[in-house]
Amino acid sequence: MKPLLSVRGLSKRFGTRVACRDVDFDLWPGEVLGIVGESGSGKTTLLNCLAGRLTPETGSVTYNSAAYGTVDVHDLSEARRRLLSRTEWGFVNQDAREGLRMGVSAGANIGERLMAVGARHYGDIRRTASDWLDRVEIERGRLDDRPTTYSGGMRQRLQIARNLVSEPRLVFMDEPTGGLDVSVQARILDLLRSLVGSLHLSAVLVTHDLGVARLLTHRLMVMQGGAVVEDGLTDQVLDDPQHAYTQMLVASILPV
Amino acid sequence: MMDTISSSSSGPKEHDGPVLKVAGLTKSFIVHAHGDLALPVLRNVALAVSPGECLALVGPSGAGKSTLLRSLYGNYRADAGSIRVHHDHAWAELVGAEPRTVLDVRRRTMGFVSQFLRVIPRVATVDVVAEPLLRLGADPAEARDRAEFLLALLNIPQHLWQLPPATFSGGEQQRVNIARSLIVDYPILLLDEPTASLDAGNRDRVVELIGQRRDAGSALVGIFHDVGVRELLANRVFEVSP
Repeated sequence: MKPLLSVRGLSKRFGTRVACRDVDFDLWPGEVLGIVGESGSGKTTLLNCLAGRLTPETGSVTYNSAAYGTVDVHDLSEARRRLLSRTEWGFVNQDAREGLRMGVSAGANIGERLMAVGARHYGDIRRTASDWLDRVEIERGRLDDRPTTYSGGMRQRLQIARNLVSEPRLVFMDEPTGGLDVSVQARILDLLRSLVGSLHLSAVLVTHDLGVARLLTHRLMVMQGGAVVEDGLTDQVLDDPQHAYTQMLVASILPV
Repeated sequence: MMDTISSSSSGPKEHDGPVLKVAGLTKSFIVHAHGDLALPVLRNVALAVSPGECLALVGPSGAGKSTLLRSLYGNYRADAGSIRVHHDHAWAELVGAEPRTVLDVRRRTMGFVSQFLRVIPRVATVDVVAEPLLRLGADPAEARDRAEFLLALLNIPQHLWQLPPATFSGGEQQRVNIARSLIVDYPILLLDEPTASLDAGNRDRVVELIGQRRDAGSALVGIFHDVGVRELLANRVFEVSP
């Protein structure tokens, strides 16, 4: 078995500020990796570098593609990378408005991804889109409505449906429950948890919420000041943190 | 006479000699917020457990029994030494192992019964129990049947099965947790006070179920404060000294 994603010596700076420093890791098929740390620790920058949305100064991101074999994400042409991101990857943004096309219907948002992987039959696309609305607990009757008419939680669930309908091999998620009410968060976490399990997804999830990390991820990388200061099995990192920064993060969780 | 559980999963493997071997296991906690205070807990622990055996960890409170058990499961990170588990017809070393190796051992070979259930929001009790079997690729209907069978055996009222266990009593949550841990026939089972919050009737039922696993060839390591429970289950003791 080969890693799905291999990251070596990745560094990224903005001007003089180092956002990511010398990051190395492998993501194996079926793994959900959490990247945790406080705001400004570099976790979203790292995620964007992995997905090819930002270009690192040094280092490489190698992806084992179903269609193209082993590719260097940052050596691909823009067209090829866009194709890859529509067919083999998903990207769930914190703000659903960035991941959805707000001017077209929910059905079209889901259908667009299906067409990117070759679906052509209108009736099939509509049926699959409707099934997915059901799966993410949105009434089928809302298929022709635009996401502008949806609540924040519904938009996030629609974004998840849009990203997962094509059964991507790798999903990037940036704070997928950030900014939502806790009851809405619980629903989305439950949804993501069951989808990750049933679709055998591999995923990289950025979150500052250690509870979300515990629920959804197999392993964790803890980032501080752009560097990975600790990594390991999720429950081990959270229950027996080794690094001073991780101990501080874990000790800062409020008990309920 | 209690019903015997038959399982769709593979069950404990035939294997001569120990299936869990620990040598030189050493573990300290370093508390960075307190000037890197070092708290040594385990030093040079060595033990071995064979199929059909139940090893009870004994020692005063604070001696490190739970730390040892959690280290065996990979939940705590050992500083040094070796924890070898017979897994997939070979030996898997857990100290320093990749997360995916530890997770694979946990999925198929080594289960853990903790005192407390970590509740998953919104997930029904029957699905919480069925999950470990589903992860092994079991048929969903079969996994559900077996989950319901265990819940009934452990006296969880049927009208609670569709509810998330968040609002259950401590004893009910512990029994849900035991059902979840027993739904797969793990060749190795680690038990941290499996009867701590149970009344006498439920305690006897749990002891009987765990004893069946031991007799069927699982290797057990447990912490049992209740001397009666320990005498019923353990055939050896291991003294953990501070």
